[in-house]
Amino acid sequence: MAEKYQLKSKEVWDGNTAASHALRQAQVDVVAAYPITPSTPIVQNYASFLANGYVDGEFVMVESEHSAMSACVGAAAAGGRVATATSSQGYALMVEVLYQASGMRLPIVMTVVNRALASPLNIHGDHGDLYLGRDAGWIHLIANNPQEAYDMTLCAFRIAEDERVRLPVTTNQDGFLVSHTAQVVEPLDDDTAYKFIGDYKPLNPMLDIKNPQTYGAQTEEEWHFEFKATQHKALMESPAVIDEVFAAFEKLTGRKYNRVESYKLDDAEIALVVMGSAYETSMVAVDKAREEGIKVGLIMPRSFRPFPYNEIAEKLKNIKAIAALDRSCPMGAMGALYNEVAGALAANGESAIMTNYIYGLGGRDTTIEHILEVIKETNENAKAGKRVTDLQGFINLRGPKLSFN
Amino acid sequence: MKNISNLKEFACTPDRFQGGHRLCPGCAHGMIVREVVNATEDDLVISTATGCLEVCSAIYPYTSWDVSWLHIGFENAAAGISGAEAMYKALSRKNRLYNEDRNVKFVAFGGDGGTYDIGFQSLSGATERGHDFLYVCLDNEGYMNTGGQRSSSTPIGAHTTTSPRGRVSYGEKNRKKDLTMIMAAHGCPYVATAVPGSKHWKDLAAKAAKAISTAGPTFINALSPCTTEWKFKPEDTVEIADLAVETCMFPLYEIEDGHKLTITYRPKQKLPVEEYLSRQGRFSHLFKPENSWVLEEIQKEVDRYWEYLLRREEAGV
Ligand SMILES: Cc1ncc(C[n+]2csc(CCOP(=O)(O)OP(=O)(O)O)c2C)c(N)n1
Ligand code: SF4
Ligand SMILES: [Mg+2]
Repeated sequence: MAEKYQLKSKEVWDGNTAASHALRQAQVDVVAAYPITPSTPIVQNYASFLANGYVDGEFVMVESEHSAMSACVGAAAAGGRVATATSSQGYALMVEVLYQASGMRLPIVMTVVNRALASPLNIHGDHGDLYLGRDAGWIHLIANNPQEAYDMTLCAFRIAEDERVRLPVTTNQDGFLVSHTAQVVEPLDDDTAYKFIGDYKPLNPMLDIKNPQTYGAQTEEEWHFEFKATQHKALMESPAVIDEVFAAFEKLTGRKYNRVESYKLDDAEIALVVMGSAYETSMVAVDKAREEGIKVGLIMPRSFRPFPYNEIAEKLKNIKAIAALDRSCPMGAMGALYNEVAGALAANGESAIMTNYIYGLGGRDTTIEHILEVIKETNENAKAGKRVTDLQGFINLRGPKLSFN
Repeated sequence: MKNISNLKEFACTPDRFQGGHRLCPGCAHGMIVREVVNATEDDLVISTATGCLEVCSAIYPYTSWDVSWLHIGFENAAAGISGAEAMYKALSRKNRLYNEDRNVKFVAFGGDGGTYDIGFQSLSGATERGHDFLYVCLDNEGYMNTGGQRSSSTPIGAHTTTSPRGRVSYGEKNRKKDLTMIMAAHGCPYVATAVPGSKHWKDLAAKAAKAISTAGPTFINALSPCTTEWKFKPEDTVEIADLAVETCMFPLYEIEDGHKLTITYRPKQKLPVEEYLSRQGRFSHLFKPENSWVLEEIQKEVDRYWEYLLRREEAGV
């Protein structure tokens, strides 16, 4: 039996510490991982928990992230709770196996500390890795601060392992801004946290050798499509379970999470869509803009996948102008948030004047002032009743203006 | 280890790898796999790399595997089995095993492409970490599932679709990577070479049983003659495998604890390499006069290597 860890009701934790304690409390059976900045401390903390008897599962220190996710797949198919952590290049190296994990419907939890993708090499935060895994068949949950990194990781296990879901889940936190920034976190005690997640519920475990299982069979034209469509449907239907888990979590902790978070949207005329730590920066900017009489609100998909189309459209239906802020360079298109939100509105017969902003690449600062500027530009569009600003702009980019129209 | 005294008895053992798979008639992969999985009474969990064996043995909604089986990708059979083995250890420690009374062993199969090349890192890592598993390389000296391209296991002079013979080419230019020795250099408790067939089937079965019952990472490199890409008649598979051994193109030996080498079969009289090469279409161009030097080189290298094995065994270091 693993030792209990005595936690105070309030701890000062950065996002990495918060995520590590959530993994510890889940009493994961196998963690297979490889270090990479800025998620390295998660792996190190886990090793130290093991060295001190606070976890009693297996910790497989593999030779690459490709093998980390492959070992996670083998372990999960064998039949037990599995988790890992990564960032950026490590995430990129895993991509092939991310698809294999979700295709086999394995409930692996991965705490991702979001970081830019090379080249040029950069160790700082942006959502390049998250966007790379967008279509990989995982549920992607967003955490904006250390408390949320902890809370989302606990919820992730319960969502992933629910028999109605059985899909892998990532929890995402911004590199350094969340992972390395200490804040007050209110953890659950070990027993309460474990009870919230529950015991691992086996489904077709390979190690039940009296009932041999085949994982990863070949399907060609006759079956591949049916498998993928069924998998997609499981993702599209997972919101029912995500909502249930968030409700149970609220009952336990008083902390309420929603698949779509919003701020001051009720009377808003314009809105910003933004994910990650910049959401909190934007909250302050919204308050300031409102002092100047601009009726602005905020919205964020907490579950980036499955994307909450109808809920977002519902919340944005009276908004005149929207700015979607993407923390990843879309390379030849509008950003993903822009496209998803535009699609969500169109699907519901709504429309708004929409602009796209790319921000924060490679850890570039995005301040309250920058967001205020975006709010003002968006307000101009609303007032003019048409788009008068750039279709796609860059926030806090030096050198010549590279915006697109 | 199962106590099977003759081939007839072996043919009648309950099978963990069922027929009806789609491997080519005469394919050696099926023979090797069948011998390995039936070499032990222990329960098995198996992982298989992408390749001929995988695509031919588990085509949904069918499977030839009567044991738990996992296929992830081309390069990660070893990482995958290491995860399954880690889960077994974790669940044992936590008293949560699904069948308390059963002893589970872990085996991975990969082609030479999935082992010598793209999966080498994963294999090296899983081996270095000391997981308790047997890795069997089904060495048919090329990427056969994708139409016979070269791998780092392809021997000098072989025609493949990416090292083709031609007006100015004698086929593959690089020597076959010595993977068995590389695995021994990891310090594995047990490493061996083997071939399928009627003459050496007991040798393979004994090696598989020994490898599976040895704690820690073990490795068997099994030569797997490929009727389709090596270009010989399907009924000649076993004979080709035997010739590989008799010519010392593929000597049978084992290495314990990373160093103690034992030759497990000594040809009474080493046959010239031509006896083996001339039976396969992939080497036919070597018998043109302008390529006779390649044959000489191959013979020289085979002699040198055999001598090396003999001396190493004798030295006992
Ligand atoms: C990452 C990746 N690269 C390439 C392939 C294509 N591919 C599938 S099997 C194979 C060759 C398999 O060769 P080998 O491992 O020697 O097995 P064999 O089919 O010869 O038994 C290749 C190139 C793949 N599936 N995945
Ligand atoms: S191509 Fe060769 S290795 Fe593949 S199934 Fe046919 S004989 Fe076997
Ligand atoms: Mg091959």
